[in-house]
Amino acid sequence: MAEEVILLDFWPSPFGMRVRIALAEKGIAYDYKEEDLKNKSPLLLEMNPVHKKIPVLIHNGKPVCESLIAVQYIDEVWHDKSPLMPSDPYERAQARFWADYVDKKIYDLGRKIWSTKGEEQEAAKKEFVESLKLLEGELGDKPFFGGQAFGFVDVALVPFYSWFYAYETCGGFSIEAECPKIVAWAKRCLLRQSVSRSLPDPKKIHGFVLELKKRFGVE
Amino acid sequence: MSKGDVVLLDCWVSPFCMRVKIALNEKGVEYKHREEDLFGGKSELLLNSNPIHKKVPVLLHDGKPLSESTIIVGYIDETWASPPLLPSCAYGRAKARFWADFIDKKIWRTNGEEREVGTRDFIETLKQLEEALGERNYFGGEGDAFGFVDIIAVGMASWFHAYEKFGGFKVEDHCPKLSAWLKRCKQRESVRKVLPDPEKVYEFLLMFRKMQGLD
Repeated sequence: MAEEVILLDFWPSPFGMRVRIALAEKGIAYDYKEEDLKNKSPLLLEMNPVHKKIPVLIHNGKPVCESLIAVQYIDEVWHDKSPLMPSDPYERAQARFWADYVDKKIYDLGRKIWSTKGEEQEAAKKEFVESLKLLEGELGDKPFFGGQAFGFVDVALVPFYSWFYAYETCGGFSIEAECPKIVAWAKRCLLRQSVSRSLPDPKKIHGFVLELKKRFGVE
Repeated sequence: MSKGDVVLLDCWVSPFCMRVKIALNEKGVEYKHREEDLFGGKSELLLNSNPIHKKVPVLLHDGKPLSESTIIVGYIDETWASPPLLPSCAYGRAKARFWADFIDKKIWRTNGEEREVGTRDFIETLKQLEEALGERNYFGGEGDAFGFVDIIAVGMASWFHAYEKFGGFKVEDHCPKLSAWLKRCKQRESVRKVLPDPEKVYEFLLMFRKMQGLD
């Protein structure tokens, strides 16, 4: 049975990276389609009419939207290889909780770091570091958030590592100095091919952010 | 059908807490509930069980805490198998999770301050939800059965009356199918036992808005 898998994505998107990682972990062949977000394709608008956003996973013509939902879907369909979710219901709820925490905090705070100045930026930096420290606490001495094995929360968080350099440069601070365990964990994740092939070069992300700043008139 | 000790840290007016209670009722799970006083100060148990967000609902199953209502409902569904709240196929589950996420992002993040814009956006969002319902009786579940998305969505029913009064509109005028769906849900005992009196919700929200200096 031929499986047709397409991913509508945008190279700097940490949400897109999550789906790329999950697909790679499972060894799934797929068609990657880069979207121009200033000029969204008819396919994207048809497959995600509600939010009109990437990433969209299209499996045999049927769309799955929202990155964490797509990752869970991939884990459930291709369940015989590299499980990403724990098998115990309580552990699964905890994994979903932490992935949800990453969604609530990291993207928006990171965005504020590169797009604001002065007090607003300082406040964002402070809260960003606090959030990472909380995640560090959750990681503890485990190699991955999933425990011994790379898992759902790792997939949810590690894409943001490619944005760290941009945050640090725009914000004038060192994430490694504040949260060394998180950086060590990210580097450990990057040893996995699924991750290293899915994350762009942080310098390229920084270049992209500089373009965004110009476009939005942020100094 | 109780597997262990189940306690819910609750608040009568919270639509998020309503989700958890309805799910537990659907599964026939006995639980104790502890009403949190939002204005009197949060209990030690709440602050210890949900130190990160410090919010209700919190479900304690044999002392182990779970927070975030949608996640809790998923846990309830996985722990007490019958009747299933999510579809059995992966794609059906992905769609159910999508609409639950939509409700959380669009309905509950709607800013109540600017009445005019708020109402327009709100009605638009309800229309999108109505479209997703289509001709079905419920969002489902397996087939056309009452399920996950219905549970996530129905809590807002008790807040509609208040929104209608604040916004000067009637949900039924704009979204008759959604209105019909709500009436259908309210006929289920699991829902009826949980939804508070809409008038009491309105009075609560009035008071809450005054406290926030919104009126």
